[in-house]
Amino acid sequence: MSGFRTLLYKELLRFSKVGFQTVAAPILSALLYLLIFGHVLEDRVEVFEGVGYTSFLVPGLVMMSLLQNSFANTSSSLVQSKVTGNIVFVLLPPMSSLEIYLAYVLAAMVRGLAVAAGVLLVTTWFIDLRVAEPGWILGFALLGSAILATMGLVAGIWADKFDQMAAFQNFIIMPLTFLAGVFYSVKSLPGFWQDLSHLNPFFYMVDGFRRGFFGVSDVDPWLSLVVVGGSFGLVAAFALALLSRGYKLRY
Amino acid sequence: MSIAIDIDSVAKRYGSFTALHGVSLQVHEGEFFGLLGPNGAGKTTLISTIAGLVRASAGTVRVMGHDVVADYRAARAALGVVPQEIVFDPFFTVRETLRLTSGYYGIRRNDDWIDEILDGLDLASKADENMRALSGGMKRRVLVAQALVHRPPVIVLDEPTAGVDVELRHTLWQFVRRLNEKGHTIVLTTHYLEEAQEFCGRIAMLNQGRLVALEATRELLRSFSAGRLVLRISGAPLPSPLESLVIESPERDRIALRVERYDAVEPMLATLREAGCRIEEMELLHADLEDVFVSIMKESRV
Repeated sequence: MSGFRTLLYKELLRFSKVGFQTVAAPILSALLYLLIFGHVLEDRVEVFEGVGYTSFLVPGLVMMSLLQNSFANTSSSLVQSKVTGNIVFVLLPPMSSLEIYLAYVLAAMVRGLAVAAGVLLVTTWFIDLRVAEPGWILGFALLGSAILATMGLVAGIWADKFDQMAAFQNFIIMPLTFLAGVFYSVKSLPGFWQDLSHLNPFFYMVDGFRRGFFGVSDVDPWLSLVVVGGSFGLVAAFALALLSRGYKLRY
Repeated sequence: MSIAIDIDSVAKRYGSFTALHGVSLQVHEGEFFGLLGPNGAGKTTLISTIAGLVRASAGTVRVMGHDVVADYRAARAALGVVPQEIVFDPFFTVRETLRLTSGYYGIRRNDDWIDEILDGLDLASKADENMRALSGGMKRRVLVAQALVHRPPVIVLDEPTAGVDVELRHTLWQFVRRLNEKGHTIVLTTHYLEEAQEFCGRIAMLNQGRLVALEATRELLRSFSAGRLVLRISGAPLPSPLESLVIESPERDRIALRVERYDAVEPMLATLREAGCRIEEMELLHADLEDVFVSIMKESRV
């Protein structure tokens, strides 16, 4: 598995060499969201009893940053390598599909988790945040980043140019994330939209993650775990199948 | 002699387009082998199939006895490939690039060998420069270095000298030749026929996805005429005993005749004289691989 180790190291090095863009910038944007939405909505919205809106917002923003950055890392790394052609450096050596999968996904998870930890750390300066059930926080953070990293891998394999990648990101990932209850509780929506939200697997990631902080959630966290865990199993199997078949990589 | 690369009836189809029509050939261990053909002949497709970058629609490829699909780990570990396109990872320096490539092949602490390759390719002074800062020729050398980090017994170079200056070409060939002398099998595709003629012991020619020639370079040159006698004659038409020797006659009175041996020239001139031909112009040309190439490609055109 030493090919895996090197590829993981290379992927980590790749984003850390441009750490301003890949870690610091998303932390700053999350902070801006928090300041603006928090300022505007703090006194108007109370989602859970006794939880201020800004506090409610923090886990959502952390999760959003986690998901977006995990996705961005695998997808941009692969598309760049494909467009510039240096993907051959990964395809020529004797590495298995599983090695390639794990290296890309783990590196992306590290970036997602680093950004999430950064957002959390910075916001705790401003906001008192309690941690009711830390197991859920860790579990959903790991699964959420793994799912999005895998989706990024799939998108990176599929996309032939940056334009297609942007479409994937803006038409699939962004709506799923924003409509997952990052900024609001799905309970506040009218019935139809509430039901629709329950079809979005991202909702369960955000809801389960938030559960870890406040001990309250829209749905049972065990249900969320099953949905999120099942989703991960599906996307991981799909990504591994693409890699093994060489789809759009080995023609 | 054992076989380094065994290509057995390899076909590759992309939809309705067929890039390779069942190509079979074997490259022996220690050979310096040339793969020639015009653009679009299927050379790169064939090389990519050997490297596992392309999956054959039919047929099998073995590298050092290992099937490139079923036993891809062993096959790829035995193979070093210099791709045709200049590609690089802009995030890293030359040394980082070579260390990473070593790692992908499962080799750690490879610096002694990396230094040796850097020296051999005149890259030592660039070791700590970022890939972006290198000229095209330097990037090409790094690609060669990357193909060698795991000391593969078989090395495939896909047009390594395309767009490369004279000095680099010289350094490169010196280095590759040394590798070949040390026992590495070399497979080369090139558009520079004089390079193939100089280095390759055996040559395969592809045209439109088909193998159209496979012979020792020496034999190939011999079988396609030792030379050409180009003549302009007047007074009488070409006498019939010489008609079978005509290679081409671009103009009516200008004729190129095949010359097998140089001592065959004298009787040819005698025949002309007896038939009453006057020789207005005469030129004797040596055959080179280019002639062979052109005539094979012409014959094999479908």
